[in-house]
Amino acid sequence: MSAAAAAPVAGARGRPRRAWLALLPQPIAVLLGFVAFAVWLSVADLTAGERTTLNTDTLLSLMREHLALTFVSALIVLVIAIPLGILLTRKPFVKVSGGILAVANFGQAAPAIGLIVLLAFWLGFEFRAAVVALVLYAVLPVLRNTMIGLQSVDARLVEAGRGMGMSAFSVLMKVELPLAVPVMLSGIRTALVLLVGSAALATFIGAGGLGLLITTGVNLFLPRVLVSGAILIALLALLIDWLGRLVEHVARPKGL
Amino acid sequence: MSRTDSPAVPSTGDVSGKAIRLEQVTKRYPGQASPAVDGITLEIPAGKIVMLVGPSGCGKTTTLKMINRLIEPTEGRIVLGDDDVTDIDGDDLRRRIGYVIQAGGLFPHMTVATNIGIVPKMLGWSKERIAARVDELLELVSLDPATYRDRFPRELSGGQQQRVGVARALAADPPVLLMDEPFGAVDPITRQRLQDELINIQHELQKTIVIVTHDFDEAVKLGDWIVVFSEGAHIVQYDTPERILAEPANEFVENFIGSGAGLKQLTLSRVGDVDLEEAVVASPGESGAEVLARAKAAGHNHAVVVDERNRPIAWPSTRQLSRLTTVPSTVDDDLPVIGSGATLNDALDTMLVSSAGAALVTGRRDSFIGVITVEVVMEAITRARKAAAVAADYTPVGTNTGPLDALPTSTAGSLPTADSEAAPGGDARPADGGRP
Repeated sequence: MSAAAAAPVAGARGRPRRAWLALLPQPIAVLLGFVAFAVWLSVADLTAGERTTLNTDTLLSLMREHLALTFVSALIVLVIAIPLGILLTRKPFVKVSGGILAVANFGQAAPAIGLIVLLAFWLGFEFRAAVVALVLYAVLPVLRNTMIGLQSVDARLVEAGRGMGMSAFSVLMKVELPLAVPVMLSGIRTALVLLVGSAALATFIGAGGLGLLITTGVNLFLPRVLVSGAILIALLALLIDWLGRLVEHVARPKGL
Repeated sequence: MSRTDSPAVPSTGDVSGKAIRLEQVTKRYPGQASPAVDGITLEIPAGKIVMLVGPSGCGKTTTLKMINRLIEPTEGRIVLGDDDVTDIDGDDLRRRIGYVIQAGGLFPHMTVATNIGIVPKMLGWSKERIAARVDELLELVSLDPATYRDRFPRELSGGQQQRVGVARALAADPPVLLMDEPFGAVDPITRQRLQDELINIQHELQKTIVIVTHDFDEAVKLGDWIVVFSEGAHIVQYDTPERILAEPANEFVENFIGSGAGLKQLTLSRVGDVDLEEAVVASPGESGAEVLARAKAAGHNHAVVVDERNRPIAWPSTRQLSRLTTVPSTVDDDLPVIGSGATLNDALDTMLVSSAGAALVTGRRDSFIGVITVEVVMEAITRARKAAAVAADYTPVGTNTGPLDALPTSTAGSLPTADSEAAPGGDARPADGGRP
């Protein structure tokens, strides 16, 4: 019996190492990308017009703006979507979950650029409008994955918890949420990647971000500026995707 | 509550369980015409195993879950020991009642020790006390604490998970244990072993255990008392396994028992409980002729060869003995051996397979204690049938008083209904003397 029981343990120990190894290539590739870009930036023969945007200070501040847009929106998304997702899987609210999901779906189905511009007319051409639009755009994956994660927890485990005298809240905190974490985190990662990409659109309402490189490149026909913007956004998205995977890996409950 | 022990099932040791009483408990779901559980009054004696059996959807699980109020009853009272627990806080109540579900219901993200320690932790026990209790409970369910304490459920077999589930339910030493199809998800061999273990644990702890099952054989094997339900949790019969097998209340119960009621009685008696036959015992190295002479003197056709620790190793016939000069020490692997804790059913099976018409019985540490034969088994059956036919002078109350009652519910007992279908709401105490 002990031999039979030992087998899955060995399997469990072997698996994480492979998972860690699988996490390695992505940051290395991203790092190489950044290094290559930095090298190109320092040696490339750029015109004065290109230099006004393609210099370290401007690029760093644009990147900072971009990340600010991303993370502020992401934070708001989490604060809205996770509690809402929890609420919508509780018995009294299950009935309205269909309607709320439809609204969230609408947010994502609407073209992000249209959403941003429309909101800008209402909230002003600034950071705030961009954040609201981005939040609407990214709320669905987190909301949906929170709900799916909670719904996929075996109902018998919830019953076992209640049967032992755990309160509904304690079952939620100690059983349902920990078990839903992997699915929820993958929704959060999806949302983050969406946000990094669509934060580029904030430039259309003057809210800054790396999208500025792209609009500048298009408007002034500076292909190298345009491509730089695209590359930096892609590298940033890959980096954040990797960070998300890292968190998923670390936060995955043991024993699953 | 006036509770007397049935003479058929004498209590041994200290009873740590509490009696449970459901008083006219009804559960109605909105939008359903007939109630899921209809005015059930059920008395569950302290320190006994009571099995709730019936076809699927008959309300037996609902009845079980109303005891710990996982399902809130629509009407009626629930009394645990001397306390009316109908209106106390449900979570509080459930911490005082162990609950085991199919496949154990262990939390996969917690170790075995954490799983077992959940209720003690909620009750505010110290870490050291919880750790000690966890080890004690793992020992109780035959799992080595050092090996299993820090494992995750995924790393356990189905049977081991179920054991941890039982340990978890017993963690805070609750007087009552509720089990919902506890052994439904394991293979038959593991199930049998878990059932035997539960019997042993119950022998030690004397809890009040209520088990829901759809497996009548399991009910017969584990139950001190069996409640047979029909639709709407109508109690058709509430009696000891012996009496239900010997005298089913009506055709519904008969159908539910299925064929082979006689054979099922074999699962009620253990090999250790019957009078075994003696045997001529020999040790390796003795002279064959001498052993033969002893066997002949005793009128036996076989002699049992045991090793230095009294474990049977061979079972030569007199004919074989007559050909031997000394008794050899070779071990016969096909020896029909059965433990004294096995049921007569298992013993019979072993005998039939071995073709010897008999089997060797071993007790503690596999030491030889006697021989069981088909005649011994037959005699035990006859005796059991006779004993069961005599009405027990105590049976717990189990009735329905719902509006659907076709029959007047008198406590003075009732006749089996002329209606062959399940007698809805009929008083389920045929033992009380209403029988011709």
